Amino acid sequence: MKIKGTQLFVKALIEEGVDTLFAYPGGMAIDLFDALYGETAFRVVLPRHEQALVHAADGYARATGKTGVCLVTSGPGATNLVTGIATANYDSVPLVCFTGQVPTNLIGNDAFQEVDIVGICRSICKYAVTVRRREDLGRIIKEAFYIARTGKPGPVLVDFPKDIQLALGSDEYPKEVSIRSYKPSTGVHMGQLKKAAEMLASAKRPLFLIGGGVNISRGGEAMTKLAEQLSVPVVTTIMGKGALPTDHPLYIGNMGMHGNVASNTAVSECDLLFSIGTRFNDRITGKISEFAKNAKIVHIDIDAASISRNIVVDVPIVADAKEAIEKFTEIAVPPRHGTKEWVERLQELRAQTPIAMNTEGRLNPQDVIAAVNEHFPEAIVTTDVGQNQMWTTQFLQLRGRSRLLTSGGLGTMGYGLPSALGAKLGVPDLPVVSISGDGGFQMNEQELATAVCEELPVVICILNNSYLGNVRQWQEMFFGGRYSCTCLKKRKSCAQWCSSPNAQCPPYIPDFVKLAESYGIEGIRVTDRSQIAQAFERAKATQNKPTLIEFIIDRELDILPMVPGGNPLSEMITQYKKEGK
Amino acid sequence: MDNTAKKRWVSLYVENDVGVLAKISGLFSGKSYNLCSLTVGETEDPTVSRMTISLFGDDKTFEQIIKQLNRSVEVIKVLDFTDLPIHKKEILYIKLHSLRRDEMEDVFRSASVFGITVTDYEKGSLILECVKTESENDDVIKYYKKHFLSRMEAVRGGSVAIESVSRSDR
Repeated sequence: MKIKGTQLFVKALIEEGVDTLFAYPGGMAIDLFDALYGETAFRVVLPRHEQALVHAADGYARATGKTGVCLVTSGPGATNLVTGIATANYDSVPLVCFTGQVPTNLIGNDAFQEVDIVGICRSICKYAVTVRRREDLGRIIKEAFYIARTGKPGPVLVDFPKDIQLALGSDEYPKEVSIRSYKPSTGVHMGQLKKAAEMLASAKRPLFLIGGGVNISRGGEAMTKLAEQLSVPVVTTIMGKGALPTDHPLYIGNMGMHGNVASNTAVSECDLLFSIGTRFNDRITGKISEFAKNAKIVHIDIDAASISRNIVVDVPIVADAKEAIEKFTEIAVPPRHGTKEWVERLQELRAQTPIAMNTEGRLNPQDVIAAVNEHFPEAIVTTDVGQNQMWTTQFLQLRGRSRLLTSGGLGTMGYGLPSALGAKLGVPDLPVVSISGDGGFQMNEQELATAVCEELPVVICILNNSYLGNVRQWQEMFFGGRYSCTCLKKRKSCAQWCSSPNAQCPPYIPDFVKLAESYGIEGIRVTDRSQIAQAFERAKATQNKPTLIEFIIDRELDILPMVPGGNPLSEMITQYKKEGK
Repeated sequence: MDNTAKKRWVSLYVENDVGVLAKISGLFSGKSYNLCSLTVGETEDPTVSRMTISLFGDDKTFEQIIKQLNRSVEVIKVLDFTDLPIHKKEILYIKLHSLRRDEMEDVFRSASVFGITVTDYEKGSLILECVKTESENDDVIKYYKKHFLSRMEAVRGGSVAIESVSRSDR
């Protein structure tokens, strides 16, 4: 039977098992939306901005492990996806993004809402393609889903011209896919794995460094089992956090720029760094020549291009993290010198140098996140980018099905709220908490409407210091307190060289409680630590709609410890004395 | 860049599709790799194109380039030709004009010595066609530039290369 391209599109989504489509209509997608009208096989969600739309699909994908699917129109609809696609690409999130396009005979004519979105996205996605012939449509969609979710997962963009949407053609959606130029690596090189096992057996101070790859491959349980079997301590990157339960005795903490002292010391002192699923990004390594200087390095990663790129490794292994961990568990034996002393030293160090904020009894982010831990023992937590993100990665506990969703690679402000909505849609039975700063929240605050319309009871936390706090911290530490464009309360009439809050500052820009009320939801302002528990209790009791909680925190708090960019991990700033404030 | 930096050659099998050339050239510019030349054309299989790429880089950068090319979805196969026995030639056209009779004679003589074909001719003008290695073509251009700088036009195509069957010299 001959059917339209739009009908094959709907059929393809059903066959791919899509249960949620994130979609925003427009002129070049209107036929596709007509085909979706009344469709009951999946849920169609309408966010309020295409950037938030793709972040929502991303949050859905990270929370569920399934592929997030987006549909937007051509031109501005498509270009609004760009930041979200790059975000997903950096953090290896499987997405398939469909963009409407002007008819093929108008491509290149500078037609209304025409843009070369494939050209724009080429370097920020895993694969991008324009459907040029109706007979290719089924194959291209099949390939898009396959490419997005296999190997190192990532976003795929399918540009879908209007004439192809309308053209009649075969109703067959392919069952099989075979791409001669794309063969994701499978299996594990056992010889290399044995070599790694020998190195581990003879190591005196071995350390696992776990990156986001382990979480992407759902390898957390296998990893926990392996660490326990070998009694080898574990540190994680922020993307790897949660691979081991954070209260596990072998888990030392996050390492890197804002990691804890014990974890960064562990990396500097270990004699074997067994790393799995990390890119050794500059935020992780600090000064490259000093990184794990005393250690042999084993590196397992699905992406050959990540191996020996930033850090030269001794044993490279290209493999899926979970598969490699499971195979390694079969052959690995505990280090023959024993690890008791080494583990105890790190545990002691961790106990002696906890990350702690002291605000003399005033409300601080640590209190807020401790309360999240207490009120939501199992939850999906999303963050924005900056101080709110770093504090969350420092204090959040993850156990059981808990997950942390954060824009690690690209560092995209505005990610927190929409990704929380996607996560809640994908995993409705778990509480979902978003933690943002007041800066990042304002980048996608329009998504309160989506949360209301989709009846999503997410708990929206805003840590409000009225600053772009992370940049402000750098300006304070490294730029002599010259707060250039970081105060979110600064008005035209303010003194030009103001460098600290004072009595003339306006109270709220904006008033988030009133903003919440304007969407018909409860907004709670917390100014004292005694009010935290009650606010979370109210949020938990709220059904079918979100609750916004604004925490007014000290304006000039810092994230510590900190390894300034380019410094060795051993040189951490653990205390910072504020001058005259 | 360390002291392993040198000129390298890569032969690339890619899908013969719209956008693939942009993808590959974009990879080089986006990641600041030093691309010297790139040629592309259809192979015996019309669905496959083959690129010959020359670039300048050290061992570490080159390893990364190969990996990046390999992970591109559109790339079917990557061959490192740098130290392999291959045949490699580049086409070069030189157009000369406003030549006096004695200069014309000199050009014919030099063409015969260099093994260049005179492929087009008009009174006072001619076109030289030169299929040689890249460095030989450099020398040819250098010679004619020395004598006819304001009266010449050169266009070159970039090298194409293929693995040797039995010959090991290049």
